[in-house]
Amino acid sequence: MMASRDDSTGLTVRELRVVFDTSRGPIFAVDGVALDVAPGEVMGLVGESGSGKSVSLRAVARLLHANARVTGSVRWRGQELLSLSDDQMLPIRGAQIGIIFQEPMAALNPVLPIGLQIEESLIAHTTMDKAQRQARALQLLDQVGIASGATRLAQFPHEFSGGMRQRAMIAIALAASPALLLADEPTTALDVTIQDQILRLLLRLKDELGMALLLVTHDLGVVAETCTRVAVMYAGRVCETGPTADVFANPHHAYTAALLRAMPGSGPAQAKLIPIPGMAPRLDAPSPGCAFAPRCTVSEPLCTTTRPPFVQEATRSSACYGRARL
Amino acid sequence: MNRGAWLLGRLAQIVPSFLLIGVVVFVLARLLPGDPMSAMLGDHASDATIARLNAQLGLDQSIPVQFLAFVEGIFRGELGVSIAYRVPVTQLIAERLPATLILTGLSAVIGIVVAVPLAFIAAMRENQWPDLVIRSVFQVGLSTPIFYVGLLLLTVFAAQLHLFPVGGYGEGWADHLWHLFLPACTLAFSFAAILMRSLRGAILQVLTAEFVDFARAKGLRSRLILGRHVLRNALIATVTLVGLHVGSLLGGAVITESVFAVPGVGRLMVESIFARDYPVIQSLTLVLAVLVSLAFLVTDIVQMWLDPRVGR
Repeated sequence: MMASRDDSTGLTVRELRVVFDTSRGPIFAVDGVALDVAPGEVMGLVGESGSGKSVSLRAVARLLHANARVTGSVRWRGQELLSLSDDQMLPIRGAQIGIIFQEPMAALNPVLPIGLQIEESLIAHTTMDKAQRQARALQLLDQVGIASGATRLAQFPHEFSGGMRQRAMIAIALAASPALLLADEPTTALDVTIQDQILRLLLRLKDELGMALLLVTHDLGVVAETCTRVAVMYAGRVCETGPTADVFANPHHAYTAALLRAMPGSGPAQAKLIPIPGMAPRLDAPSPGCAFAPRCTVSEPLCTTTRPPFVQEATRSSACYGRARL
Repeated sequence: MNRGAWLLGRLAQIVPSFLLIGVVVFVLARLLPGDPMSAMLGDHASDATIARLNAQLGLDQSIPVQFLAFVEGIFRGELGVSIAYRVPVTQLIAERLPATLILTGLSAVIGIVVAVPLAFIAAMRENQWPDLVIRSVFQVGLSTPIFYVGLLLLTVFAAQLHLFPVGGYGEGWADHLWHLFLPACTLAFSFAAILMRSLRGAILQVLTAEFVDFARAKGLRSRLILGRHVLRNALIATVTLVGLHVGSLLGGAVITESVFAVPGVGRLMVESIFARDYPVIQSLTLVLAVLVSLAFLVTDIVQMWLDPRVGR
């Protein structure tokens, strides 16, 4: 176990494991994740496709389905979420922890008007009457930058553009004023110009509402722009965490270093991008050592046989034997 | 395009389809093997008698003239005179149609009332014992011939337990429903089976949709998610199937009415085919085809009401 800090205010995840039982055997999607989100901070969870970042996020909100076995600890304001019943989760989901997804078109119900989809949260979590709920829905649309809200409330998702749908989804997630917003690749499905608008919107709302943000993304640029701290994931494990600026300037894990070398715009303009050799690891048979070792340029024999321990120092922690050689 | 225009366009489609139904019906009746004279007059009628009857029924005219007379009659509400019963076909159908409409309507209601909750239970307990039991029972419903189910119900609930009448139609609404309950159950069995399977599949599919996860993420109760978010989306896929199935319900009514001696148009159809009663066969096919296309129309309107994306 990592040293425990005061966990009565924010989110503290320890030893989170998610195993999916499939017909072809178990898939170890999340294999021991630890991360903290303090009140009001923006935490980035970054990794490539299949690294377990989205699954981790859904596990935190207890949104995974019956084929997922979730173990470990997810403490929110001092309360262990993984041991709560479904009914006990109801007042937490939406009201304390809000969630937005990658594909607003898929996440919004196609046959219900946007207004009702906002009001549902208010009905579930507040004692507002109909007039109050409608006023609040209008205020929310205004807050997320959707004009002529009164007309918009009666419209259906297919009548919104992509960026507007993402704004509507944010309005729905924020309806009951959660203290933590989990955002699962909120800009990936959008045009680049709109991506930036949505990120700014999220940061503005975070400041206005004083909430914390856990931002899952595969985009290091997004992390650099928005996150105060970052956790880098690979093959279901967290490689390293720390303040974004420190991690980017001086990575402590070979995977983070490789990721940064493969990212455009990280070095001098003429610097060549260096792709990471090899393929994404298999999740059906986790390596006994470091999952990145087969693709790593600084690995040593120990890396393939023994899992590197998480080393914590001041504001950062990492799990890499090759740190001195980076 | 707004929804009003969409609806008007949909209504306009009715015209050509009714015309086509008329042509098909007319041609089909004339393609039936055998001839009405021998069916009516027996094999030993004199040529003079046959010629007189042919002229009386207009069967000596050319086929196009017969068709025009047929179409003209439809517009005047005259569908000719039954060869076998010697009464106007409109009167015959007006007498027999209510029983069939009540029978199919009742079986549709029974089917829906039984299938919708069971589909939910089966989907919620996918591949566990409630799902397996429900699916097995309905598998039997799908694979058992209607007349056999009818005879079984008749034997057990009417002949042995005396809970229901053996046949007939009764007098007055309550009596009608009581008489038609067993036939309606017979008819509902395969309908409920198809409805249950389709709805179960649709529910399972909708349950994997991300908007269901998003609804859970909002902290909504699962009953509300099922009733509002899942059911409505699952019904959109299923309603079309139900509409398409109205035709087979009417077809099934033919058999069921024969088994339970219900004086409906299904039984009239069978009798008329045996009697080569052209005017009745023709008119009945017309009425049934019109009923089926009206059912499709209702299906499309319900679909429009359920799915805001239709017609916009």
